[in-house]
Amino acid sequence: MNLVQAIAGRVLPTTVVGLILLFLIFPIVVVMVVSFSSATYLTFPPPAFDLRWYKAYFGNEDWLRPTWLSIWVAAAVVILSTLLGTLAALGIARLPPALRVVASGLILSPLIVPVIVVAIGIYYAFSRYGLVGTPVALVLAHTCLAVPFVVTSVSASLSGIDPRLQQASLSLGATPIGTFFQVTLPLIRPGVLVGALFAFITSFDELVVSLFLSGSGAVTLPRRMWDDLRFAIDPTIAAVSTLTIVLTVALMGCAHLLRKRAT
Amino acid sequence: MTSLGRGASVALTDLEKSYDRVAAVAGVSLDIRSGEFLTLLGPSGSGKTTTLMMIAGFETPTAGDIAIDGTSVVGMPPYRRNIGMVFQNYALFPHLTVEENIGFPLKQRGMPKPERAKLVGEALELVHLPGYGGRYPRQLSGGQQQRVALARAIVFKPRLLLMDEPLGALDKQLRENLQLEMRRLHADLGITFIYVTHDQEEALTMSDRIAVMNDGLVAQVGSPEDLYDRPSSRFVAAFIGESNFLPATVRGMEDDVVVAECEGAIVRAICPGRPASGDRVLLTTRPERLRFTDGAWSSSAPQNRMNVTVTEAVFAGERCRYMLQAADGTAMVLKEPSSAAIRRRAVGERTEIAWSVADTILV
Amino acid sequence: MAVSRPFAASFAWQRTVPYLLAAPLLIFMLVFYALPVLSMLMRSFFNPGLTLSNYTSLPDDVVFIKVFWNTLYTSIIVTLGTLLLGYPVALALVRTRRLAPLILIVIMLPFWTSVLVRSYAWMVLMGRHGLINEAMMAAGFLDRPMRLLNTPLATQIAMVHILLPYMILPIANALRQIDPSLARAASGLGATPLGTFRQVILPLSMPGVAAGTLLVFVLALGFYITPAMVGGPREITLSMLIAQQVDQLNWSYAACLSAVLLATALVIIGAAQRLPGIGNAFKMSAR
Repeated sequence: MNLVQAIAGRVLPTTVVGLILLFLIFPIVVVMVVSFSSATYLTFPPPAFDLRWYKAYFGNEDWLRPTWLSIWVAAAVVILSTLLGTLAALGIARLPPALRVVASGLILSPLIVPVIVVAIGIYYAFSRYGLVGTPVALVLAHTCLAVPFVVTSVSASLSGIDPRLQQASLSLGATPIGTFFQVTLPLIRPGVLVGALFAFITSFDELVVSLFLSGSGAVTLPRRMWDDLRFAIDPTIAAVSTLTIVLTVALMGCAHLLRKRAT
Repeated sequence: MTSLGRGASVALTDLEKSYDRVAAVAGVSLDIRSGEFLTLLGPSGSGKTTTLMMIAGFETPTAGDIAIDGTSVVGMPPYRRNIGMVFQNYALFPHLTVEENIGFPLKQRGMPKPERAKLVGEALELVHLPGYGGRYPRQLSGGQQQRVALARAIVFKPRLLLMDEPLGALDKQLRENLQLEMRRLHADLGITFIYVTHDQEEALTMSDRIAVMNDGLVAQVGSPEDLYDRPSSRFVAAFIGESNFLPATVRGMEDDVVVAECEGAIVRAICPGRPASGDRVLLTTRPERLRFTDGAWSSSAPQNRMNVTVTEAVFAGERCRYMLQAADGTAMVLKEPSSAAIRRRAVGERTEIAWSVADTILV
Repeated sequence: MAVSRPFAASFAWQRTVPYLLAAPLLIFMLVFYALPVLSMLMRSFFNPGLTLSNYTSLPDDVVFIKVFWNTLYTSIIVTLGTLLLGYPVALALVRTRRLAPLILIVIMLPFWTSVLVRSYAWMVLMGRHGLINEAMMAAGFLDRPMRLLNTPLATQIAMVHILLPYMILPIANALRQIDPSLARAASGLGATPLGTFRQVILPLSMPGVAAGTLLVFVLALGFYITPAMVGGPREITLSMLIAQQVDQLNWSYAACLSAVLLATALVIIGAAQRLPGIGNAFKMSAR
């Protein structure tokens, strides 16, 4: 009896949850392990460990060029979306309620609209102005996708500020502009940073819009991986994947810690 | 600022504030004297905080005027008013140290660093927190945060200090200590304090004068004694302290004293106006000013007397509290100091009570 | 008093500040996002003249009907799959104390990895000589590699994997908000652990379940990369059909399909707005 209860009460749930967690993490681990494989084929477990696929990546201009493009595009997206998004979050918080709903509806809608619709919509418009295949097109489109994350993040930290802090600042003689720089901005800084990190990752990982806008002139890293997967699967992609996993997890981890510390 | 240390005078004239045509403040006129400790006392929604916010400049009056030292400040932004303010929950800047918090108003005024440090040090002394300058607000207790907020609000030597329920979040013991400290600070600084609270005990303890607010209007202004002993309305009598209310019919006047019939007895009361004979009125008296006479008690002062039945007797430590019922059924409360020498009354006992005419007010 | 009125003017100027702050982003979003998408969608009404023929012919369009149902079917399966696997994990995340950080890392690590990389991982696992086939053959369950990649099942498994955190996090959020004393009260009143779960915990976690379900379902509807990479060539989704039509420069048909996809998502979100706890579901999609 007690054994049955113990199995039903503890062992079974633990096993089930353990298996689901394994399901979650296993694919990522496999990619990382494969990236260190010495084999030319995707076999698991690898026959021996080797760094050849990392050498292949770092030695190949066809991989490095898209990597740098992705980094530059993401950096530009960070600047543009953080600036526009932070200002807008500050403004929206003080708009009349009806306008606030409309404005935040427009800004947050990329979270809801299927990305393929956004992608072909922007492709449709940009192709008329010859923007397709330029980094500028990618920056503009990725900014639209990244801005909702900046605005939600900044708005959340704004709404966490006690309005009396701003009143206190004014009563102590600080002008509205002085209050913004000395009180409001320092208090929302974690939210702005989190938004910036999200914006970077959103752009850096983005594929669907890039598939349409990259053309042949502005191939991003995800686009390059996608093209490669169509033709040949060799573990170089595993090495690239591992590197991007490490980069994004590190950045998102930072964002996560920042957000936790801010609340 | 010709004479530092002197407080500002504040004149509110027919001040009004409405939100969507609902009046939060419905015409307040009040003269606050230089160097006075004035408390705006009232229940929540009475307009006291809105009034304070208009003086501070965070709300713009719908009508009326606010003059500080005879100059209207309506339309002047808060950061030019040079008014110290202590907020509910203190509103200390969480990203700045205690020193930086207190130095904040000095920095806004362009004061150089060494001078700033000196004044911040003095302010910390004044609120008994020397050595705490390097800490962050979250590392302080509630009482310490309160002192920092106070130091920050007075460090730039404003001539007027506004306080919005500054002790609301503290426990009773600490609150009482800080009340005394604020009185001392008020005496030391000599500046004008305007204090908002819903706590009548706090108002009575600290204030030179109290303005009782209700429904956006000032119900009565006066010294704590004035308000307690001579409330001008049923609201003030009920809001400040505990009161008995006796419905009565006016029978005549004897000089300043009204003679009325109440619960089958003739009762005399202090009366500011001149009611006509036959008017239905309400008399009020404080529970601790009633006495059991047992038919034998006498006093040189003119007395009111009434026969009552004890309906409830509660021993509450320092005092005993009795619920009484008069002949016509009006309920009254009597409080007497507890003493082993005084006989405790039993429920159901019929007896006589008396209280002085001076303690009976027509409201 | 007229003396101080000049300040009132500076106050009026300040009232326009919120508009000035919000305007740059709103204009940016209008020009580079809203107008492009709307003008593309407008193309669905031209073929080449103004017409509704794109829409009226949809019910008889065999390809569209098949793709539409396949998309809905895949989304439903994936939603059920994430719910089934997600709830126990959410419960474990909230219930355990020492292991909670570890569980959170295991959830967030894949969550923060791009959809492309995760889809690629499943290609590695499910390939002809991938880990799953090799393991099954080594264990003697199979004597020839089984076809896994490029089947509907592959799409479903990979999508469940990718969308699972979107289900776990809202449910865990709802579970965390349940006052622990409620469970103690229930067991104090004589409820068995299972009874407590069924009668107290489960009903109170429903807002989280609703939010997670909505989020996963709507995101699944628009999936493109994963079905394109690991899915079967016959079981294409609406997103893939749209991309295909754009490649063939069949703009008015692609626009019409886009409008249908968008409308489906909006109708589902609109219907779900009546449920409690839905309000911020999409803000939570912020990773």
